[in-house]
Amino acid sequence: MRLTLERRLVPSQRAVWAGQTVAVLLAFAMGAAVLRLTGADPLAAYAVMAEGALGSLYNLSEVVVKAIPLMLCGLAVAVAARIQIWNIGGEGQLVLGGIGAAGVALFLSPHLPSAIVLPLMLAAGFLAGGLWALIPGFLRARLEVNEILTTLMLNYVAIFWLEHLYFGPWRDPMGMGFPGTAMFPDVAWLQRLPGTRIHLGLCFALLAALLLHWILSRTRWGYEIRVIGENPRAARYAGMRIDRHILWVMLVSGGLAGVAGMAEVSGIHYRLQQGLAVGYGYTGIIVGWLGRLHPGGILVVSLFIAGLLVGGDQLQAVMHLPSSVGLVLEGTLLFFVLGSDFLSRYRLRWRKEDPWTPRA
Amino acid sequence: MDAESLTFILSIAIRSSAAILFAAIGEVFTERSGVLNLGVEGMMLMGALSGFVAAHASHSLALGLLAAMAAGGALALVHGFFTITLRANQVVCGLALTILGIGLSSFLGRPIIGTVGMRFTPWPIPLLQDIPVLGPALFQQVPPIYAGYLLVPAAWLFLFHTRPGLNLRSVGENPQAADAAGIPVNLIRYGWTAFGGVMAGLGGAYLSLAYTPGWKENMSAGQGWIAIAMVIFALWNPWRAALGALLFGAVNALQFTFEVRQITLIPSYILRMLPYLFTVAILVIITRSKGIRRRAAAPAALGLPFEREGF
Amino acid sequence: MATTLTSMQGITKRFPGTLANDGIDLEIAPGVVHALLGENGAGKSTLMNILSGRYRPDAGEILIGGTPVRFHSPRDALRAGIGMVHQHFLLVANQTVAENVALGHKTPRAILCWSRIEDEVRRLSEAYRLPLDPRARIDELSLGQQQRVEILKLLYRQADILILDEPTAVLTPGEIDELFATLRRIAREGRSVIFITHKLEEVMEIADRITILRRGRRVADLTPADVENRRELARLMVGREVVLRVDRTPVAPGETVLELRSCSGQGDRGQRAFQRVSFAVRRGEIFAIVGVAGNGQRDLVAAITGSQRLSGGQLLVFGKPHGAGGPPPMDRIAYIPEDRAGTGSLPGLDLTDNLLLTTYPSFCRRGVFRREAARRWAEAQLDQFHVVAPSLTASARQLSGGNLQKLILARELSKGPDLIIAEQPTHGLDIGATMDVWDELLRQRARAGILLISGDLREALSLSDRIAVIFRGQLMGVFSTDDEDAIAEIGPMMAGVVQAS
Repeated sequence: MRLTLERRLVPSQRAVWAGQTVAVLLAFAMGAAVLRLTGADPLAAYAVMAEGALGSLYNLSEVVVKAIPLMLCGLAVAVAARIQIWNIGGEGQLVLGGIGAAGVALFLSPHLPSAIVLPLMLAAGFLAGGLWALIPGFLRARLEVNEILTTLMLNYVAIFWLEHLYFGPWRDPMGMGFPGTAMFPDVAWLQRLPGTRIHLGLCFALLAALLLHWILSRTRWGYEIRVIGENPRAARYAGMRIDRHILWVMLVSGGLAGVAGMAEVSGIHYRLQQGLAVGYGYTGIIVGWLGRLHPGGILVVSLFIAGLLVGGDQLQAVMHLPSSVGLVLEGTLLFFVLGSDFLSRYRLRWRKEDPWTPRA
Repeated sequence: MDAESLTFILSIAIRSSAAILFAAIGEVFTERSGVLNLGVEGMMLMGALSGFVAAHASHSLALGLLAAMAAGGALALVHGFFTITLRANQVVCGLALTILGIGLSSFLGRPIIGTVGMRFTPWPIPLLQDIPVLGPALFQQVPPIYAGYLLVPAAWLFLFHTRPGLNLRSVGENPQAADAAGIPVNLIRYGWTAFGGVMAGLGGAYLSLAYTPGWKENMSAGQGWIAIAMVIFALWNPWRAALGALLFGAVNALQFTFEVRQITLIPSYILRMLPYLFTVAILVIITRSKGIRRRAAAPAALGLPFEREGF
Repeated sequence: MATTLTSMQGITKRFPGTLANDGIDLEIAPGVVHALLGENGAGKSTLMNILSGRYRPDAGEILIGGTPVRFHSPRDALRAGIGMVHQHFLLVANQTVAENVALGHKTPRAILCWSRIEDEVRRLSEAYRLPLDPRARIDELSLGQQQRVEILKLLYRQADILILDEPTAVLTPGEIDELFATLRRIAREGRSVIFITHKLEEVMEIADRITILRRGRRVADLTPADVENRRELARLMVGREVVLRVDRTPVAPGETVLELRSCSGQGDRGQRAFQRVSFAVRRGEIFAIVGVAGNGQRDLVAAITGSQRLSGGQLLVFGKPHGAGGPPPMDRIAYIPEDRAGTGSLPGLDLTDNLLLTTYPSFCRRGVFRREAARRWAEAQLDQFHVVAPSLTASARQLSGGNLQKLILARELSKGPDLIIAEQPTHGLDIGATMDVWDELLRQRARAGILLISGDLREALSLSDRIAVIFRGQLMGVFSTDDEDAIAEIGPMMAGVVQAS
């Protein structure tokens, strides 16, 4: 008698849903265990987290605020993943987007009619992030260099450049020891929903999600992307130009992350400072993956993860427990989903004896 | 540059490179078996925390090191289980481990931030330390660094001159051929993945027990990722991994020296970017150069799960 | 090494859809070069995979010296002295000969002394006249040399039975002679060599004993002395084919849609794949090229469809020259690839997406898809071709082989092509699906020229108007399917026996 694995022909949808629900529950159970370890009462802790995330309208709005960059970075990862490219560089592309937008805000906005400042910043953010992603994109498309490490390395380069800028040449001369650029002029501030910190970036995110969904399902380019991602050999047989598509995808992917950066600097910080590179790019990968690379799923997952993060902050403030419990939950959730994913792709079977069936 | 400065820089370089060296050697072995472990950063942090706590609680540095290695190894086994047995995506899994490691270490380590615990003290080696210039730099270090000196040639010998080393290399290059020769592919992958985690944990312990004694959130500051990049720079060879780690350490040391002496020859932010840009350049070269590709390319089966017919 | 007899008794092996081995008995004597002869699909490789421990039989047993043995893995078989050299070598490309030979071989100590191992390898290679430099890297060696490494691996482990699967496929004539000399030497020592092949002249040259398989059964077991001539062997191997008289209304052929003039091309490893091939396909006819798989058909088709270059000759598609790389006008050509799931379809995407693979430009207007129109068209196509699927949103992976093939046909034929290239179109399909595909091809014959590549002689004879046999990359004669005398020669031709004309 032996337990064997059989590959399922079609990933069972029911198994996927069931699996993910179980995964969420297990993740919370695991988190409870960790909390117990540090002597905290898990139920109380979860209650505080829930209150922190959902307890008031303002708290809910904070969840949305945190979700905005996650949505955009998640979409960035998803569009690249559709063509089987791993864009781990969301963090750096976000930073570049922030730099680009800040550049416009600090140096160009005084000389421009106020109406075009924000659109120009948006464009700058998109282009800066997009071009940053094009570097590894080009290396992959034309030189076949694996993109995982190149995008990752460029993250560090971007962050160092960012620090150099706001510690050095772009530093606010009247900053009084606090490293960062000067505040952006008013015209460079994104509108906020009154009473909250929710900014126009939310519209960018939602628009991006809709646009991406539409493009992937209803345009020629989207179809070609999907075909290349599914089966590059068939794509070549059908005459599609794979390298060109990789370049465009990376531009869009980096651009989305760049928009996230622009949204952070001109919607939350209003300047370039520490606190821009806080991991949204990396979390975006998780969001994209948990959201099954689907724009709708990504929106939902980013809200959920943002909730975990905000709840974690609350936990720190109220119970003096480290806010990183949110990260712990995130990590464990990912693992359990990975595990449940496996069950949807494979079936466990008891067999009489081990069959030696070759690949037909 | 006088001899004293040279010694100074070399000494700092060695000191700053050790954590990366351990993690990189571990990852060389892991990747040589065909498994990509991107969770090194998380394992390093958990190692740093476990090592510090265990040493402090038991007043034994040795126990601290062991605890760190166990922590790293345990996380790596999780990675192995998901990627080898469950055939999950190796990139996602590694990233999840990093996030988990960062979060967990941050969470569990909160209460002990600022605690002063055990630390390694330098063990100068008599006679050897008197060698001009190199002596003080190489032989007035803490014991883990000496272990590092021995680790590199041992790793090289193991890989290329022993049977288990040959088996390991074959598993990563052509698992079907290894399987046909009767080698237990998945078992070997598990083993070396665990080893990689053990090494990463050791690197972390070096950080918390020797380099910057104590525990600080996120104290590895990306050195785990650098180690992964160094593996590629090293073209999966232990000697070159040591060279890469040392180069990184040297850049660090140079940056430090420039700051201290207020030299503005190369802006410090460019100095800090160098290792990363360097790695990208190496990646391009080894992918494009047919010569290098022939002599030392990535293990052919890296990242691909092994499915034997009739599993 | 002893004088033990190894025998396989009543071996049966079933795969989904086929009975690969049906109660086969085989006796392997020591000191003998034993040829296992048969067409593709006859079951030779399966049988030998069972003997070498890779597969488990559904019934039957293996006896060594009268004692039954059970192999759970190739390693068990190797320990019992049985090893196999596969068609696709299992060598680690960037390691040396010595490293590959030593791999997996238990040594008393963990430390490997390479100079000693290299000496051993050198000694062995000299003893068997398999000249090899133990320090050379596998990817620097020619295929013939790599094969020697594989053989050396088995000799290093003192295998008593060496099985070689189609070993001459990758060798030059000179290397073939060297290989045969080596095999004879190995046999003279008292070991057994089993030689899987479909090439008759090799069998006559090297074999001491011949076993012929056909459609999973053993049909003959003899010595070269028993065989009158090669034609007899061929007939035993291929059998007398019954031609199915399919409804084929005569159509007057039109203009030439595809023409090859003395075309030559190379395979993906640089070896010569096909030489000086010339033929023409005209509108209104089905032209079949029939042959055992691996005789150059795949590379020939790749050259015609533009994914590989010609190294010589001229290729004319619709009268215009091609062959300088780059695809010919695919909107007028329907290509039905052999590799259904690989090149021909998108397993994870839905049926509409699959149908659009080579037809989507006509549904796009300024970059936007006319999704509704595409869906309606897709539904109509699936209907017309009787493709059975769970739903329109099902993924291509869920279709059976036959339905997937019908989907691909629907897609390609909807282009209204003038030239259809069908590569093994009914491979792996059941009889119902096969008939459907045949009907469709015959229907298309009226308005297009069809090039049919097939390994199934019955299919080729039933469908085509003219037929050519390909062997070792060359066309052995082209004739009309009405020519009864020529038809009788096809079987032998496929096996390489050419009647002195």
